[in-house]
Amino acid sequence: MDKWIAAFGGRQRLLQLLALAVLLMVILPLTLDIFRLNLVGKYLTYAFVAVGLVLCWGYGGILSLGQGVFFGIGGYCMAMFLKLEASSPENTAIQSTPGIPDFMDWNQITELPLGWIPFHSLTLTILLIMTVPALFAFLIGAAMFKRRVGGVYFAIITQAIASIATILIIGQQGYTGGINGITDLRTLLGWDIRPDSAKYLLYFLCCILLIACLLVGQFVLNSRYGKLLIAMRDQEDRVRFSGYDVANIKIFVFALAGVFSALGGAMFALQVGFMSPSFVGTVASIEMVIFCAVGGRLSLIGAVYGALLVNLAKTLLSESFPQLWIVFMGALFIGVVLLFPQGLAGIYEDYVRPQVAKLFSRKSNAESQGDKAVAQEAR
Amino acid sequence: MQDSKRSKPAWKRGLIGLALGTGLGLASMAGAADMPTAEVNTTGLAVTDDTVKVGILHSITGTMAISETGSVEAEMLAIEQINAMGGVLGRQIEIIQEDGASDWPTFAEKARKLLVQDSVAAVFGCWTSASRKAVLPVFEKENGMLYYPTFYEGLEQSKNVIYTGQEATQQIIAGLDWIAEEKDAKTFYLVGSDYIWPRTSNKIARKHIEDVLGGEVVGEEYYPLGNTNFGSLINKIRLKKPDVVYSSIVGGSNVAWWKQLNAAGITADRQTIMTISVTEDEVLGIGGENMEGFYSAMKYFQSLDNENNQAFVEAFKARWGEDSVIGDVTQAAYLGPWLWKAAVEKAGSFDVDAVAEASAEIELTTAPEGYVRIHPNHHLWSKLRVGQWGADGQATVVYESDLIEPNPFPEGYQ
Repeated sequence: MDKWIAAFGGRQRLLQLLALAVLLMVILPLTLDIFRLNLVGKYLTYAFVAVGLVLCWGYGGILSLGQGVFFGIGGYCMAMFLKLEASSPENTAIQSTPGIPDFMDWNQITELPLGWIPFHSLTLTILLIMTVPALFAFLIGAAMFKRRVGGVYFAIITQAIASIATILIIGQQGYTGGINGITDLRTLLGWDIRPDSAKYLLYFLCCILLIACLLVGQFVLNSRYGKLLIAMRDQEDRVRFSGYDVANIKIFVFALAGVFSALGGAMFALQVGFMSPSFVGTVASIEMVIFCAVGGRLSLIGAVYGALLVNLAKTLLSESFPQLWIVFMGALFIGVVLLFPQGLAGIYEDYVRPQVAKLFSRKSNAESQGDKAVAQEAR
Repeated sequence: MQDSKRSKPAWKRGLIGLALGTGLGLASMAGAADMPTAEVNTTGLAVTDDTVKVGILHSITGTMAISETGSVEAEMLAIEQINAMGGVLGRQIEIIQEDGASDWPTFAEKARKLLVQDSVAAVFGCWTSASRKAVLPVFEKENGMLYYPTFYEGLEQSKNVIYTGQEATQQIIAGLDWIAEEKDAKTFYLVGSDYIWPRTSNKIARKHIEDVLGGEVVGEEYYPLGNTNFGSLINKIRLKKPDVVYSSIVGGSNVAWWKQLNAAGITADRQTIMTISVTEDEVLGIGGENMEGFYSAMKYFQSLDNENNQAFVEAFKARWGEDSVIGDVTQAAYLGPWLWKAAVEKAGSFDVDAVAEASAEIELTTAPEGYVRIHPNHHLWSKLRVGQWGADGQATVVYESDLIEPNPFPEGYQ
């Protein structure tokens, strides 16, 4: 048991994770109505990306400004499956070619493109959501890291990739829905994803997946690989001279972050009911880095709070100040980065944790003394 | 409950006949006192004895803000005017404004907020097709009412949307007929921004040119949104020498497109160009001198010479400043609140189902563009006008069609 606790980052980390799980899966559902809860669910899908970024940027030192691409791959895969289901010949009888998605019909496409065919099957779709981003990240990684492209150059290249992806999606509107995105998604295997009951279920599914990702992240960081990752971030040459293949270490963490992002994207399409190229572009990708920075780039759990807080602020500010909210958001980012460079996690470590630790240590001292007394009596 | 709902339309229809017979004025006389809230609002909308809440959902930040601001201003002006006249069914309209931020998912989020949290009776908003496509499922699921102002590609019809702009056939066919006759045009070059509206519009234009006018399309090209380099396109136009260039390039690209045409010496006396995407708002950015002599096909121009429009332009300038310009979409946005008011009064209820049903055949004789009527397919009967731009940024109307029936699913054009 202790071995397992240690493997996932120790008791402290697991307790923090438990607190997060209680917040997300008990407190929020009990206090928020379904409209707000659905919004929280949407924010949590960005948290997947932020968690991936903590691994790859915070611990691996690889800053990717193109995580939106992976979010997009997951989202589009899921949206394509849902769209095909929504485009049954009965639902689309009004089109010139019934049975294909509506936007294809508008673009004079008369049969389903080859690339869409796998998305008739949910199993294949889920498989693709996991493997396509991993493969794509592997390709980028192999091309970049094997040639020792890193740091700022890598960040710029990922940004260019995000830009290319957006242009491709918008340009190929017959196959992708263009700038409109893929809209009007309705059912998953005949199960309507739009009513409130479905929204609740999807929210919990999203929470569970996110916590699973956090656990995987903790596990990776506490493994021998995690130590190598940090070593590589701080002294790349030394790790290389010790005989490790640095490129492979980087490729793995980049691919893992990509898969996390794609899961977030897939949950986004399910919960929000559509997918749009605006999540793939550079602006969205950079925004995702901000969630991670606000949460604290060295804390997996902090990234979740970061994504929640930033998006909550975005929603509430824009509802209260529709004209000025964007200025407040900018001020918030600058303020957080200037005053708390370690983000929310830094605030927790500096101010909250000492208090908690004091509380716990007193308790555990008292307990252990009690234990001793019991032991002595038994003797 | 169900039965009483079903039996309502019978007497309602009688009332409608009466109201139409004695003039619409009668309906607006009815005060809140005769209309208890429980009766005019059976679905839990934000209606009290003296107020009713509506939403305005446009981009006021981001790239689309420049286009959508005019719509927001027009909708606010209409609502203020309605309030000054005593409101709707004796209730003052309160506005809840949300920012779509030029981001389609944000539009969906805010639409849901307006309908679910605020229970607004109607929403005036959206501009791009992408934002409308994003909110449409929300309006259909939550049963809301959207008044959408922009001219668009058609291929859509919903109980929950009233389209106050023109659908593609209304804007395209009459304009092409006119220019083909006026300029004796046989060859056409179609250019547009690369998204659904220009592509659909050009599909309709091509069919009409080839099948009806007996002309020829000598080129069809699309450029990404925001593209600013039209050099190669201009060379191709020079080479092909089409009788008419038919343009649906939108937004910021317009500035580059028209300026580069001008710089290349392609002026109105050498090349006929007709556009369906330039209103007074865009000319402000392009500069009237770069547009001089070219044609726009729209349903409304600020320079329209009729009493309704003079009053509207005057009120708009008094409210939003002497320098404001009013484009086609701004006028269409202005119609939204008025059409909603008429429908609510005809239905005697704020309930979305009742308003949607009552909307068909509603007429507006006070519209700045002249007379409009809602077709049962929830689009407007409207005229098409061709305006020729002057250096001052205003258009002279050179052609006006009869009222055109809206047909969002045109047979033979798909």
